[in-house]
Amino acid sequence: MNFPPILSIIIFMPLICAVMVAAIRGEKGDEDVIKRNIKHLSFFSSAFVLAFALFIYFHFDTSSDASFQFVEKYVWFEKAEISYHLGIDGISLHFILLTAFLTPICILASWNAIKERLKEYMIAFLVLESFMIGAFATLDSVLFYVFFEGVLIPMFLIIGIWGGEGKIYASYKLFLYTLFGSILMLLALLGLYTLNGTTDITDWIAHPVASDVQKWLWLAFFASFAVRLPMWPVHTWLPDAHVGAPTAGSIILAGVLLKMGGYGFLRFSLPMLPDASLYFAPFVMTLSVIAIIYASLVALVQEDMKKLIAYSSIAHMGFVTLGLFSFNAYGIEGAVFQMISHGLISAGLFLCIGMLYNRLHTREIKRFGGIINNMPNFAVVFMIFTLGAISLPGTSGFVGEFLSILGAYKISTCMGIFAASGMVLGATYMLILYRRVFLGPQDNIDTRVLEDINIREKLILLPVIALILYLGIYPNVILDKISAPAINIAKLYSEPIAEAELTPYPRINNIGGEEK
Amino acid sequence: MTILSNITLIIPELYLVIMAIGVLVVGIIQGNKATSNLCLTALISYAVAIVLLLHTNWNTAYILNNMLVIDEFSGVIKLIILLGMIVTTALSTQYLHQERIAHYEYPVLMMLAGVGMMFMVSSNNLLALYMSMELQSLSLYILTAFRRNSARSGEAATKYFILGALSSGIMLFGISLIYGFSGSLDFTLIAQAVSKTGPIPPSFTIGMVFIIAALAFKISAAPFHMWTPDVYQGAPTSVTAFFSIVPKIAALALLMRVIYGPFSMAQEQWEQILYFVSLASLLIGAFGGLAQNNIKRLMAYSAISHMGYMLIGLVVGSETGIAAVILYLLIYMVITAGIFAVILCMRKNGMATYSIDALSGLSVTNPMLAYAMAVLMFAISGIPPFAGFFGKFFIFNAAIAQGYYVLALSGVIASVVAAYYYLRIIKVMFFDKPIDPLDNNIGIERRVILLGSLVFVTGFIIIPAHIITFANGAASSLF
Repeated sequence: MNFPPILSIIIFMPLICAVMVAAIRGEKGDEDVIKRNIKHLSFFSSAFVLAFALFIYFHFDTSSDASFQFVEKYVWFEKAEISYHLGIDGISLHFILLTAFLTPICILASWNAIKERLKEYMIAFLVLESFMIGAFATLDSVLFYVFFEGVLIPMFLIIGIWGGEGKIYASYKLFLYTLFGSILMLLALLGLYTLNGTTDITDWIAHPVASDVQKWLWLAFFASFAVRLPMWPVHTWLPDAHVGAPTAGSIILAGVLLKMGGYGFLRFSLPMLPDASLYFAPFVMTLSVIAIIYASLVALVQEDMKKLIAYSSIAHMGFVTLGLFSFNAYGIEGAVFQMISHGLISAGLFLCIGMLYNRLHTREIKRFGGIINNMPNFAVVFMIFTLGAISLPGTSGFVGEFLSILGAYKISTCMGIFAASGMVLGATYMLILYRRVFLGPQDNIDTRVLEDINIREKLILLPVIALILYLGIYPNVILDKISAPAINIAKLYSEPIAEAELTPYPRINNIGGEEK
Repeated sequence: MTILSNITLIIPELYLVIMAIGVLVVGIIQGNKATSNLCLTALISYAVAIVLLLHTNWNTAYILNNMLVIDEFSGVIKLIILLGMIVTTALSTQYLHQERIAHYEYPVLMMLAGVGMMFMVSSNNLLALYMSMELQSLSLYILTAFRRNSARSGEAATKYFILGALSSGIMLFGISLIYGFSGSLDFTLIAQAVSKTGPIPPSFTIGMVFIIAALAFKISAAPFHMWTPDVYQGAPTSVTAFFSIVPKIAALALLMRVIYGPFSMAQEQWEQILYFVSLASLLIGAFGGLAQNNIKRLMAYSAISHMGYMLIGLVVGSETGIAAVILYLLIYMVITAGIFAVILCMRKNGMATYSIDALSGLSVTNPMLAYAMAVLMFAISGIPPFAGFFGKFFIFNAAIAQGYYVLALSGVIASVVAAYYYLRIIKVMFFDKPIDPLDNNIGIERRVILLGSLVFVTGFIIIPAHIITFANGAASSLF
């Protein structure tokens, strides 16, 4: 198929729009007009990116097997075999969609919340969007690294400038932690570059290196992705970053940035270093289970809502690594699904917390209570997100966690059981949160006058809810596209772990169509 | 070769010498009021020298009884040096007037230092090496002391002079040992003498160590870095900018010339030395900068750390390593030029201020300057997509390709540690509350340099090919 260079367009459009936003000028005294223009331009450009992403989605060829589509390749560094190489498969497609979906939501969520330096704020978000999409769309590891680490710059500024309490500490911690991880990955990338003579990801997947080298490379990659995901015990930057970040920053952080870690595992560690991945799998699975249980227990005692959700994110990411390192199609599909679903659910939860914060300027749980009386609509919305977070069947959370646990169960019963117990803990802390904030007596008088969500807020939340339910009820819309690359990865491991069943679980394929 | 064809190859240097003398004569006649014009003349002379340089033949040639060598490496490095001279001269003029030290000797000394550095890069004989290095150093000593009525400037110059004289002495001693061993001062003949004898005698090794130590002093690599923070802080800021941009290029190029020329047979020996020097510079530069509150001192430690990265490329000893070093030099020079353009703008009520806290809230009081500085800070700490990243990328690449994992890992640690102090400047500018603003008096030269630096730093990722070919060409001629 011959398309225009649509991936380049979708990567660089936000960047160009950021330049346009930067160019907005106006007379003194027209501040309101300028602000309105900035908001509108940023929103429409991100909406435009979403439209492009949907265009890619509908032109994505599901029938072909796991090969990369929309490929673009140009010479970048002559002679050095580093090229500007883009292309997506079913997995990256969904991450791009997720990014393109969450960015307009972030911009809407900041509509009235950001009072100062609005222009810089919007520019930071558009640049961030561009880098995130770039990281998911590239097939050259140097280019990937550029985007992967480049996101730190806007994120550092977003937390540091527009954040709340403890923002400076949080921004430093985020930057230095992730920098250390990613620069170790740079060494691994250079190692693979030396061994292969090219930086092309597809070449690297095609030519695996010797297994003793793999272990060192794997550890370097792991340092980067484990910090980004984050995994226990290198997770400590995340709660701080969430508390420090503004609402939209939290949404992007939980929604997309964490997923870069998982995506890194899928794109680098698993397909390129199969021997080492297999070797380290018990280690990763143990860490994942610890993360699930430990983070859930920590979440139980949190007093700050954002911190609670941050710890729950760590627990949910535990399911992702658990699924990934079970090396079968269930686990990998589950992990990808879990990442997408968590991106939506955590975005919804952070949006809700942001709305509460805008009203009462606190996120402390005990400052609320019984607000279901005056905010009934909001309570319903929050309930849906809560149920999604505890992965009730019918929400997208269920599919991801179920498949991940299923994958893990096939490898090790023990891991499966521990992980499943994490789900129970998840239900506990989320329901306790819900009870303390929404139900019970309304002791805090100032919460009695809180207004219910307005039409703008409803419009922001509605698409998120719709997607969570839609994916929960009809998961095949994602699973269809990710199964081919997932099986491709699982095939690498089918011999070593003697996994006979590679086919994904029997699926209802004939809804509204002929049987395949 | 006839004497004439010899001379045509060093026309740029000769031209600069003549111009320096001309500037001196005019300065003596007209006095200090001519300084601005003389600086401008110097600026134009450098530009003309670049044109002349581009028109000389860069094919390898040994000239003036093998005293000098002209090759692509020397051509490229001279080009970078001349660019650096242009930038630093342009940055100086406004500063000299603001500080009331606009004496006509300034451009003359700069030009002589520049000539010295250009000869350094081309030297093919230990004597030529020593002479050109002294020409450069003596000019720099005087420039450091240029703010005559400031105690700090004097102190810095004294320190620099004493330590510099010591290092020159060490170098001369090393040269005499090498001469005693090989019976020649010529690089080619020394290399031949070494390759004839079997194992390398200790006297030769000691002589080599002395020469390398003296050069390490010039590039302010640890453990010979002690003078750097004090001199950076005490010298007039325009001279500090000059220090951190140009002389290091020449000294590093000379180091490359020496270790891959006469000492190439002794790679086993110098490799260990440079390995240690590189490691020490990386870590001292990174950790030493953490507690600094004076931005000039901070830049000194930053320079030490960056020297460590460049030395990685030297230790690796491959052609890719050298190409990476040349690329790194160029990128580092451009970023530093931009940073110093900002530092020179740090003035409050007409007085220069170098405390980092003086930048508080700069993003509110002078957003353009703050954003420029932020980009440069991200660039110098090696965060993509800015050019600084690619400097590190190719250095690490060379190190990994040759199996120097410990150096690469130390480089990683150093860059994370150093990122802390670069981030601190961004934090001060963007996250802190604004205090009284800086003077908004940014001359046109500073604007141009800042803009050029930013364009290079952000644009490098888009079209890197030409610059990399350029660096590769220079590296290949060295082997």
